[in-house]
Amino acid sequence: MERIELINKLQQILPDGGLLYNEEELHPYECDGLSAYRKLPMMVALPDSVAQVQAILKFCYSVDLPVVARGAGTGLSGGALPHEKGLLLSLAKFNEILDIDAQRCIARVQPGVRNIAISQAVDDLGLYYAPDPSSQIACTIGGNVAENSGGVHCLKYGLTVHNIQQLKIVTIEGELLTIGGSGLDSPGYDLLALMTGSEGMLGVIVEVTVKLLPKPERAQVILAAFDDVVKAGAAVGHIISAGIIPAGLEMMDKLAIQAAEDFVHAGYPLDAEAILLCELDGTNEEVSTHVSVVREILNGSGAIDVRTAKDEQERMTFWKGRKAAFPAVGRLSPDYYCMDGTIPRKRLPEVLKAISELSVKYDLAVANVFHAGDGNLHPLILYDANKPGELERTEEFGGMILELCVKVGGTITGEHGVGMEKINQMCVQFESLELTQFHAVKAAFDAKGLLNPGKAVPTLHRCAEFGAMHIHNAELPFPELERF
Amino acid sequence: MPVDISSELQAHVIKAAESNMTLQIQGGNSKAFYGNHYDKNQSERLELSGHMGVTAYEPTELVISAHAGTPLKEIQSLLDEHQQMLAFEPPAFGDEATLGGTIACNLSGPRRAYSGAARDFVLGTRILNGKGEILSFGGEVMKNVAGYDVSRLMAGAMGTLGVILDVSVKTVPKPEVEITLVQSLNTAEALKKIHEWAQLPLPVSATCINNQQLYIRLSGTEKGVQAAKIILGGEALENSESYWLSIKEQQADFFLSDKNDTSLWRLSLASNTPEIELYGDTLYEWGGALRWIKSSDSAENIRNQVMPLQGHAVRFQNAYDDAFQPLSKPLLKLHQNLKQSFDPSGILNPGRLYKNL
Repeated sequence: MERIELINKLQQILPDGGLLYNEEELHPYECDGLSAYRKLPMMVALPDSVAQVQAILKFCYSVDLPVVARGAGTGLSGGALPHEKGLLLSLAKFNEILDIDAQRCIARVQPGVRNIAISQAVDDLGLYYAPDPSSQIACTIGGNVAENSGGVHCLKYGLTVHNIQQLKIVTIEGELLTIGGSGLDSPGYDLLALMTGSEGMLGVIVEVTVKLLPKPERAQVILAAFDDVVKAGAAVGHIISAGIIPAGLEMMDKLAIQAAEDFVHAGYPLDAEAILLCELDGTNEEVSTHVSVVREILNGSGAIDVRTAKDEQERMTFWKGRKAAFPAVGRLSPDYYCMDGTIPRKRLPEVLKAISELSVKYDLAVANVFHAGDGNLHPLILYDANKPGELERTEEFGGMILELCVKVGGTITGEHGVGMEKINQMCVQFESLELTQFHAVKAAFDAKGLLNPGKAVPTLHRCAEFGAMHIHNAELPFPELERF
Repeated sequence: MPVDISSELQAHVIKAAESNMTLQIQGGNSKAFYGNHYDKNQSERLELSGHMGVTAYEPTELVISAHAGTPLKEIQSLLDEHQQMLAFEPPAFGDEATLGGTIACNLSGPRRAYSGAARDFVLGTRILNGKGEILSFGGEVMKNVAGYDVSRLMAGAMGTLGVILDVSVKTVPKPEVEITLVQSLNTAEALKKIHEWAQLPLPVSATCINNQQLYIRLSGTEKGVQAAKIILGGEALENSESYWLSIKEQQADFFLSDKNDTSLWRLSLASNTPEIELYGDTLYEWGGALRWIKSSDSAENIRNQVMPLQGHAVRFQNAYDDAFQPLSKPLLKLHQNLKQSFDPSGILNPGRLYKNL
């Protein structure tokens, strides 16, 4: 079908102004949070009812038009990168909290509701929504489900998949389905788990029921400085061995500490090789007990400085440095590239060593920010996109880090998703049999492959080419790994 | 030492797929009562109990990995030595229960409403699909969003999508102290209290209402539990641990009392659903979200009560073909498509979950 004909048909489904197709209107949608990748969609639809979403998808299905769903566009892996011959489906107008049920500790919300808006709406009930990705002031819950977003509190409170109870989705054929139930489980396969983190490949989320938790009575944060990252890593293991699951357990290396300190003056010790921020929450009594145990452990693990925030203001200051780490690093260099691998925590020393070796090899500086409790590493590679070849070098360096994560028994993405960005590394993470199974799962939902095509799961052909590319460079990083 | 018989299991599945012979997957056979049973005689058994042993356990990494046939008991005693546990408190229903069967059934115990279900703790699996292919999903790390979450999909699929070979699950530290408080209250008052407490930051780890008694378990540090005890009130139960064991393993009087011609039904409902008079004696768990009844009523009648409430009912034992609540037509189609994608010849536990899966 011709573009003009598609526009006419879609306009009939959508309200006035609900379809954008002039080039200048399309530019705001050309990328998500991974701005190195840009494409203009053919059109952007802004429906404001579930019935319109159903009609749009039914229409797209009938004319084989690819559809890319988009929330706030804060994703970091290019998952919402438009398809140049497809429709970008924005869920931005679905921004209402439909129902709050304090007794059941749940809220039913539309997908375009911002993550933090949920916690704000239930604040006076003493409740909150636990997953807190760093983009929480802007990112939407629909996108959180699509990416299975985490945050600094995942170790204790889990990821998105652990904090939702029901979804309403529209299939590519336009069918509205309810997944999950009013209780804590539902009959049949766990489609709630399958949908969560499926990156818009299986269906379009149009409603989310999230679980709410009572706000902890007290939260306390301890800052510990170390003269050696290995000691800091070991301290994390010691805290967990003591039977304590902190609400947050973050590590930063020297470059990240310096950048953060220069930027927000959080009072971090500049002579430290690494700092740990350990947040403990719970009842007043529990926190008191845990604070003294953790302080003892940190001192016993060789910390050169251990400080407990003396009041709420200092607690916020300690966190401010960590939360500002990315923009702070951004001030050190024109551009930075944020990686997202997860590793078994005990492998941290060797991974950090390998990253610093790669940093020398590629001549690009790296600052490391680490969700230490759950092994999720965010190396930030500093580069300058205006210098010829530097972006390419950065991407290759990033790819090496991800492959390193796989090699030590970890994964290429802990919370940012595969999207477009890590599609090649999926060939390292999985073998062809698993990838084939993923394609079969996709086909079970979307036989025509119209939802977010080309993302999240690479074709076997692509993997073969990816392998070949590396061999051409005569730099195959891990020759012992199988390639196909 | 772990014993890995996955290549033999693989050969068996391949042979079955080639000859269109259906397979009944069996671990310790402790949950043979669960699910549908009409297909029993036509299947060959695929024995997983020989595929056993813990392959990795790192207490500080909070993860344990084991072959599917590993006895649940063995896992639990190993965790116990390190003051850790499975947070979903799985019911075993017999000493022979295996880790694989536990995950395949996705059954969780009293702590479920406060810590999560079996599926919440699955980090990775190695499975055999119906084509006899060995596939690995997820891993041994907490955060992993590479690829679809096939590992969690295996939880509760009752073996119909794949034979679970190995599982990695997240472990958690055991609480320092656990106590149980008992209060005499009628059901409506007890539910009301539970819902009030649910909105407060209290270390509640289990709740049960039966026979005009509300049981509430607190877990945490000594001081934290003592402080919560004062807020909640009630008498401390002496044999707290054995009480919850009797609920979890269905050895409490409620489950043992024999009524003629009745089936045990497991109802999953919104936790604040009022008492449904029709059902008579009911045992409530999970803050009201899980309810056990004994009824001779038809599956249809029972489900007609819970479906308008968006809940579901499971005939918990010895169902012929109606163990699980029927799916809507489009959902069933999706289930069939998924089944087809994992097990195109339909040889893995056919019918155990639904007749046409």
